[in-house]
Amino acid sequence: MDEQRPVKIKVRGVSKVFGKQPQKALALRDQGLKRPEILEKTGQTLGLSNISFDVYQGELLVIMGLSGSGKSTLIRCLNRLIDTTEGEIIIEGENIPTLSDKALLACRRRHFSMVFQNFALFPHRTVQQNAEFGLEIRGIDKQERQKIAHTALQQVGLEGWENAYPNQLSGGMQQRVGLARALANDASVLLMDEAFSALDPLIRKDMQQELLQLQTRMQKTTVFITHDLDEALNIGDRIVLLKDGEVIQIGTPEQILTQPADDYVRRFIEGVDRSRVLTAASAMRPLRTTARESDGPRTALHRMRDHAIDSIYVTDRDRTLLGLLEAEAATVAIQQGADSIKRYLTQDFRKVSPDEPLQHLFAMFSEKSLPIAVVDEQQHLLGVVVKGAVLDELAKAGEQ
Amino acid sequence: MDIPRLPLGRWIETGLDWLTSEYSVVTRAISRFTQTGINSLNDGLMWLPEWALLAIIALVCWKLASPRLAIGAVAGLALIWNLGLWNPMIETLTLVVIATLVAVAIALPFGIAAALSERLYRVIMPVLDFMQTMPAFVYLIPAIPFFGIGSVSAIFATVIFSMPPAIRFTTLGIRQVPVELIEAADAYGATRSQKLFKVQLPLSLPTVMAGINQTIMLALSMVVIAAMIGADGLGSEVWRAIQRLRPGDGFEAGIAVVILAMLLDRLTQALRKSSR
Repeated sequence: MDEQRPVKIKVRGVSKVFGKQPQKALALRDQGLKRPEILEKTGQTLGLSNISFDVYQGELLVIMGLSGSGKSTLIRCLNRLIDTTEGEIIIEGENIPTLSDKALLACRRRHFSMVFQNFALFPHRTVQQNAEFGLEIRGIDKQERQKIAHTALQQVGLEGWENAYPNQLSGGMQQRVGLARALANDASVLLMDEAFSALDPLIRKDMQQELLQLQTRMQKTTVFITHDLDEALNIGDRIVLLKDGEVIQIGTPEQILTQPADDYVRRFIEGVDRSRVLTAASAMRPLRTTARESDGPRTALHRMRDHAIDSIYVTDRDRTLLGLLEAEAATVAIQQGADSIKRYLTQDFRKVSPDEPLQHLFAMFSEKSLPIAVVDEQQHLLGVVVKGAVLDELAKAGEQ
Repeated sequence: MDIPRLPLGRWIETGLDWLTSEYSVVTRAISRFTQTGINSLNDGLMWLPEWALLAIIALVCWKLASPRLAIGAVAGLALIWNLGLWNPMIETLTLVVIATLVAVAIALPFGIAAALSERLYRVIMPVLDFMQTMPAFVYLIPAIPFFGIGSVSAIFATVIFSMPPAIRFTTLGIRQVPVELIEAADAYGATRSQKLFKVQLPLSLPTVMAGINQTIMLALSMVVIAAMIGADGLGSEVWRAIQRLRPGDGFEAGIAVVILAMLLDRLTQALRKSSR
């Protein structure tokens, strides 16, 4: 994990007990009891137990878990819509659980915007007035907040709908208003609570893409809650996996897919795979260019430059894969005045058959992240698989 | 077995006597103030010629509701005028308007407070049950030692009798605001009063208006009954008809009450719809 990135929110040892004697429940937890036993003994629910993670500046962190995993509770602890029972949540030096009421209001206004699963738009306000809400609360004067809200509505593609009321809009458009309300507020962290879960799949996909684009443009620190692994894989820079109120794994989508922390995560990922048999063939792309064994080093190097790549697969006339030529090797060949590249090929690359399961491919990507060659039984080169395509395919799989 | 009878009634009387004597200054002040209000509103409405008031009411109905209600209002009020019940109708209207204003002015803050505080809610609800189920006539009795016979006592009894729905509906309206909207307001850092005025009250307005509508209807029924303690208006026409056994007069005044009730009801319903 990248330790150098500045931490925006630091969550340490956060627990939440729903009940009247939380300390009792926590004591039992410390004795090693789990949620069901604690519920049975004390009648209290251990919503979150000892949660720690960081949210880096500018990243899109996905908190993922099934219902009952505590993800909604967790996001509400971040801006203290729900009080924590123990632990620290530190944003810019302020520990949110111990803030006074007044400081909490200020903190929410400065740091947090929120987008809700069921949109939570104010039905008595127009689209424009909804987008202005956060600014209005902060006492920004009317002209300025109208201008900012207008820009936010433009960003989410709702220009021309300013005077409509929420109930006149479709679900997708309503959530755009929710997003505009959050963006207009220009708080430093965007909290999204199952923001796209109530939308139908096609619109959800669109919204995910738009969020990613916005994210690239604005680099806003975002905490996104979802129960949907595909969504998590698709948009998350990193994923925090929750189960029964505990963190199971924290990592990039790749890490989660390739190094599942335990059986629970593994089963989750298998759920993705089962919906479609994913093999190397499904993520394979045709080669943009190859070299022939008879080519000279200059020709080969020229082809690499043309396609902005630093290595090229070399085949014979009937496309049998012979090896890989790296740009440096080609340069050496030129210096040595060689007229064929044959002697400069390397076998230091990965090749797989088209039916290779996709999740095996992750482990094969070397540090240089060379494309993996896909060959048939006769060693004919069929295509290559690049890293990004594997993720895309895995993410797509769940939608069908 | 000889269990002595609880002197509940005597206790209440002692309490009321004490209140009457201790707070006579207050009650007299209230009495004078209210009487002035009643008189000026009455005089104002009666100063207007009948046709002018009729035209104004028709216009209001047209603007707020529909042309149909305006036509109905003109027909109904013209009938009342024709039956010679115009002035009693105005007196009744005055009592209803003032009683409703007072009731709503008390009910709104209580309703809001009860919605926001669980403890107050638990105290207020049984009190409201008491106020609503106690036979309306009973309120008339203590009203007399407090405010004497006449319109002020009528207002007092009417306010107590008609206030509960306004409180209940206000509380209900605020409590019905979806949790997620409250969360949204909180998440953006709204203070309690911002939340109340920007989210809770606007969203509960239709329900509050329904409560006010109920209050007006109850007030109208009560000011008619209050004729028994000397309130002027259509009620006293009915009361007189009873004493003289003249069913015709009684029905005429009764029909006038019905017309007034329908007019007020439709008007406030229209207001409620436009507040949605």
